[in-house]
Amino acid sequence: MIEARLQKQLHGAEGDIALDLTLRLEPGRITTLLGRSGAGKTTVLRMLAGLTRPDSGRIVADRTVWFDSREGIDAPSQSRRVGLVFQDFNLFPNMTVEGNLRFALRPGQDSRAVAELLETTKLSRLAKRHPAMLSGGQKQRVALARALVPEPRLLLLDEPLSALDEEARVELQEELLRLHERRGFTALLVSHDRAEISKMSTAVLTLRDGRLVP
Amino acid sequence: MVIYFSIERSVKSMMDTDFWPPLLLSFRLAASATVLLLALGTPLAYWLALGKSRLRPLVHAVVSLPLVLPPTVLGFYLLLSLGPASHLGRWIESAFGARLVFSFGGLVIGSVIYSLPFMVHPIEAALAALPTSLAEASCILGKSRWETFWCVQLPNIRPAVLAGVVLSFAHTIGEFGLVLMIGGAIPGRTRVASIAVFNAVEAMDYGTAKRYALVLLAVTFPVLAALELYRRRSTQAF
Repeated sequence: MIEARLQKQLHGAEGDIALDLTLRLEPGRITTLLGRSGAGKTTVLRMLAGLTRPDSGRIVADRTVWFDSREGIDAPSQSRRVGLVFQDFNLFPNMTVEGNLRFALRPGQDSRAVAELLETTKLSRLAKRHPAMLSGGQKQRVALARALVPEPRLLLLDEPLSALDEEARVELQEELLRLHERRGFTALLVSHDRAEISKMSTAVLTLRDGRLVP
Repeated sequence: MVIYFSIERSVKSMMDTDFWPPLLLSFRLAASATVLLLALGTPLAYWLALGKSRLRPLVHAVVSLPLVLPPTVLGFYLLLSLGPASHLGRWIESAFGARLVFSFGGLVIGSVIYSLPFMVHPIEAALAALPTSLAEASCILGKSRWETFWCVQLPNIRPAVLAGVVLSFAHTIGEFGLVLMIGGAIPGRTRVASIAVFNAVEAMDYGTAKRYALVLLAVTFPVLAALELYRRRSTQAF
């Protein structure tokens, strides 16, 4: 269970927004975060991942405090064990597909996790290729597999499919659901696509004027 | 026939034991300065590109000084600050038993300062241009800043590092004013090739000057061309 109370003042192109929200992510479920562009969805994900510091609030993951402004606790991203899939993939260009996945292994983690994920995501035949030689859909599949290698407590998906064409998007949605069924991870997905939301998620949170509305 | 004798004379002159030491000293100086610049310039470039300190603009300006100041001015300041009359010079002499002015060590220090912007600027620019999301992706995967730098950032700015190495090496080979100020022209110790060319021209010995120039050109041009080709290929790969 991930519980967060987050406050953050945002200065966007369309004016200031005071983010003030409380969210609860049920274990093993995919929750979607919905909201118009510039509403602060990515900032919420970044705060959960430890990349952006909330002005105040508290984040607790399975009784471990990640952030508490009163107690002065702010666990670094490295120790939160969060997976984040970016819209623009963010694969390491200097590493092969396999190298990207290997880099994600935790110290002491069995390296068979890499082979298993390559197999599950049908990336084995692309293992020796560099990201520059992959299509958008393949890149995002690698990004998803890489994020899952360290077995994250929480998987954050920041519009991971929005840059892909229809065919690749549907294929990856199926892939994501298959992986979720097999691994049962907790995920927070940012998406604009209504069909995608109804297909992928079991709960929807809407972010409007800095607050979550039912 | 004339060409044959001319070549023979050139070869004989090159076999002269006094011919090679300035050239070897130049390459030794450039190699030493480049290795030191790589070790010092890379962390400095990282700090300038990605650090948060307010001192960064000031330090950037100091690093860039050799681009605008005449080498003789830098050499003059180094001569004053490292000389036996200065506190620093006296301290170095008492602590390490070494006098830096008119020595190879002094030339290396001077060259490092003189070529610092040529190493730091390309690396700094490349690090600043690298998407921060790459480092963030690495942090989220649990990697330390050092692992992120070593495994993600540094390999992805390899062409810039190579450019820094090439520029620093070439710049040190070609330096004259600063070397003359802090090293003088002591044969075998501080008389590098650029000074040997100057001495030869001063003595109206154009033949020797030409031969020094030819060797410098013959060695540096292919190295620069090969490195540039490699750099372009590396840039295309990403």
